[in-house]
Amino acid sequence: MFKDKRKLGKILTSSAVPLLFLVISGIAIPLSRFTGTYLVDQIITRLVRNSFLVLSLLLPIMAGMGINFGMILGAMAGQIGLIFITDWGVSGALGLILAALLSTPIAIVLGYFGGKVLNRAKGREMITSMMLGLFISGVYQFFLLYLCGAIIPFKSKGLILSRGFGVRNAIDLGVAKGFDKLLLLKINGVNIPLGTFAIIGIIVLFTVWFKRTKLGQDMRAVGQDMVVANSAGIDVERVRIQSIIVSTVLAAYGQIIYLQNIGTLNTYNGADQAALFAAASLLVGGASVVKATIPNALFGTALFHLMFLVMPVAGKYLTGQAMIGEYFRMFFSYGVVTLALILHSWKRQKDKELDRIGLRVDNQQLKTK
Amino acid sequence: MSQENALLQVSRVGKKYNENVVLKDISFTLEKGKILGLVGENGAGKSTLMNILFGMNVIVETGGYEGEIYFEGKKIDFKNPVDALNAGIGMVHQEFSLIPGFTVAENVLLNMEKTKSSIISRTFGKKYETVDMPVIREEAQKAIDLLGISLDIDTLVSEIPVGYKQFIEIAREIKRDQVKMIILDEPTAVLTETEADILLESMKRLSDMGVSIIFISHRLREITTACDTIVVLRDGNVVVERPVEGVDIRQIAKWMVGRDIDTKSEESKNVSIVDENDIIFETKNLWVDMPGEQIKNVSLKVRKGEILGIGGLAGQGKLGFPNGIMGLFDAGGEIFFEGKPLPLNNTLEALKRGISFVSEDRRGVGLLLDEPIDWNIAFNAMQVQDKFIKKYLGGLFSLRDDRSMRNVANEYIEQLEIKCTSEKQLARNLSGGNQQKVCLAKAFATDPKLLFVSEPTRGIDVGAKELVLNALRKYNEENNTTIVIVSSELEELRSISDRIAIICEGEIFGIVPPETDVTEFGLLMSGEYKINEEGEKIWLR
Repeated sequence: MFKDKRKLGKILTSSAVPLLFLVISGIAIPLSRFTGTYLVDQIITRLVRNSFLVLSLLLPIMAGMGINFGMILGAMAGQIGLIFITDWGVSGALGLILAALLSTPIAIVLGYFGGKVLNRAKGREMITSMMLGLFISGVYQFFLLYLCGAIIPFKSKGLILSRGFGVRNAIDLGVAKGFDKLLLLKINGVNIPLGTFAIIGIIVLFTVWFKRTKLGQDMRAVGQDMVVANSAGIDVERVRIQSIIVSTVLAAYGQIIYLQNIGTLNTYNGADQAALFAAASLLVGGASVVKATIPNALFGTALFHLMFLVMPVAGKYLTGQAMIGEYFRMFFSYGVVTLALILHSWKRQKDKELDRIGLRVDNQQLKTK
Repeated sequence: MSQENALLQVSRVGKKYNENVVLKDISFTLEKGKILGLVGENGAGKSTLMNILFGMNVIVETGGYEGEIYFEGKKIDFKNPVDALNAGIGMVHQEFSLIPGFTVAENVLLNMEKTKSSIISRTFGKKYETVDMPVIREEAQKAIDLLGISLDIDTLVSEIPVGYKQFIEIAREIKRDQVKMIILDEPTAVLTETEADILLESMKRLSDMGVSIIFISHRLREITTACDTIVVLRDGNVVVERPVEGVDIRQIAKWMVGRDIDTKSEESKNVSIVDENDIIFETKNLWVDMPGEQIKNVSLKVRKGEILGIGGLAGQGKLGFPNGIMGLFDAGGEIFFEGKPLPLNNTLEALKRGISFVSEDRRGVGLLLDEPIDWNIAFNAMQVQDKFIKKYLGGLFSLRDDRSMRNVANEYIEQLEIKCTSEKQLARNLSGGNQQKVCLAKAFATDPKLLFVSEPTRGIDVGAKELVLNALRKYNEENNTTIVIVSSELEELRSISDRIAIICEGEIFGIVPPETDVTEFGLLMSGEYKINEEGEKIWLR
């Protein structure tokens, strides 16, 4: 009886965020007056666009480092890859693969650096990775604004600002829809890009496989208890760095997939929100900063973007103002992350208390024996 | 003892931390497939000795050790625990080192997982081999069976009762290839009687297989039933090394605690007259949830004007008692002060009613480290009792009365011989002993009717110890203040207290006069028997 209550409480606290979102969406969908087909089509588009980025967050959470807000390091690496292949004029899926190949070493270097930094900030990984992202963003801007065109030669003059160096603010990507166009399926006006889904399928399989490797097992151990893992002879720092590297590389690929779907690259702040939205999606899917699964990621992406779609329109019909849309985006994504963080520490406190009460009850039983 | 059969030979080992000698001239031998029981009071040097054997980093960092250790006839000098593991020494620590979210099987083979290779792993390396769960489960089951217990290997460790966790760790140690010796540091401390019996059985099985065991326990009966030889440490010396055969627990208890009783403390015995029926403070079925020092069920009466000592081994709950009453940790049950009930978990109320507490955690709880001495001394009195505050305009606003604070501080500095530059010196910059005196002054400044003092002499030098104890005794005599003193040092309790209560396993095992024979204290602290209110002994083991 006591145990049941405890279990029910645990389930409720862990699914509080998704439930809240389901309820809000349930109210907002009729208000938004969208048709079912349109919503399904849009959600599929958003899944294609975002789920890879969200999935890239899973491994650092498993390794106990929380949400890797430093994934925008990877996103920037992916963008650099895209800028270069656009300059070289390679288009289609081939261009995308080339961009991915280009971004991989950059992402590995950045990931290694990020992992090193986070090893010095154990217990404060999330805020550190967030600040690190802002810092590297500055380096990235310096690279594109001053080095590109000046030191690094560019073939296409159209990509360079009129002053002669620095990359333009917005770039139309020649590789747009490169993956999406492969095996595009249309059912009742709903576009299903099977090619991109296949790629997402591969990363899902990769994640499942990776969790079962020795390295994945080590990561789980490190994530649960660094001290114990260390005393068992696992190289904790190395494992943590590896998890960040994998996450950063995946984020680079994720950003490439994201941008090929959108079609244009916002050079200087295209990556800024990537981590926030990915984190919010994951948390909406019922993940916490210590436990996240693949279903959390996929379900969360769909739910979060459903909300994204319907809330502004619903808001517009309610208040008559279109501007409210952008406001809702930011409001809800920051709100979700905050709520999830609060719920997480609250839950941890509660669990601890429950465990200790458990101890006490055991004691009582012992006495009566 | 034949030297050929010796697995471990410790020869004249000594260890100093700075100038503090912890181990002196330690020598003993452990044969193959034998169990050696190691006993000693807290601070006798057991942990340090084990740290040396297991190559813990603290030892190397603090300058290594003296003497020699031979393992399988070879001289060893471990730089880190991994060296020890490779040599075939396993250690099960007092704190569990298990991963809570892993199953039993995964924990038993932690970082020793059996893996399957694949194309990917052949290209990228062993780390990418997939973990082979069926084989892991099989191996773990074998290890668990070897210990002779029934345990579902697929359960998460977080859902397993505390008593079984020990077995998982032992299973992990024996799973290591070529393990020759296992060190078990107080494995039975968290076990119930039956669980402990199973553990002893498991140990015997292991020793029959040829694995040697060093077994540390404070439950003396376990030593006499399971061990082949016994080594008693006292104050960093080996006082006894002999076969267990023919040794009885009373003897062990005496070896453990029995040091020469100095008569000096006897003469300054307390003179205040205590009326047995004048109860100032009472607890009924008190429980306290202090991690590592849990109190389960304590009903205790404190007489007005007495000094009541509370003793017991570390981890048995004696520290939880004052901390729970003062509301620093979750507590339940009932407490009464001067006949009226006192709410639990309410520090302010306790302080207001005239109870003060000198915490064992001087630097964390006891002091405002970055404030001067006079602030520290006046702080509680000012916060709780509005002392050292001057009212202006008929109480419309009030200011701190710096002058009276300074005067009181100087009074205590003189009285307690606090060594400092002035009353303005920061508490952080004082030595441990002087910090402790400031803590005492802080408590005295509130004019308490009941004073709890927890580990007042921990970590301070002999001179300061004497001063602190004398100050307490004097305060008790002059103000007739009731004092409850909690300490790990039995001799200290015996020198100052009117009565001594021994706490074991979160309960009071007996209240005895300080003149009681040390052997009795040893047996009480090891929980061999309980003394009930009528003074009858109830043997438990």
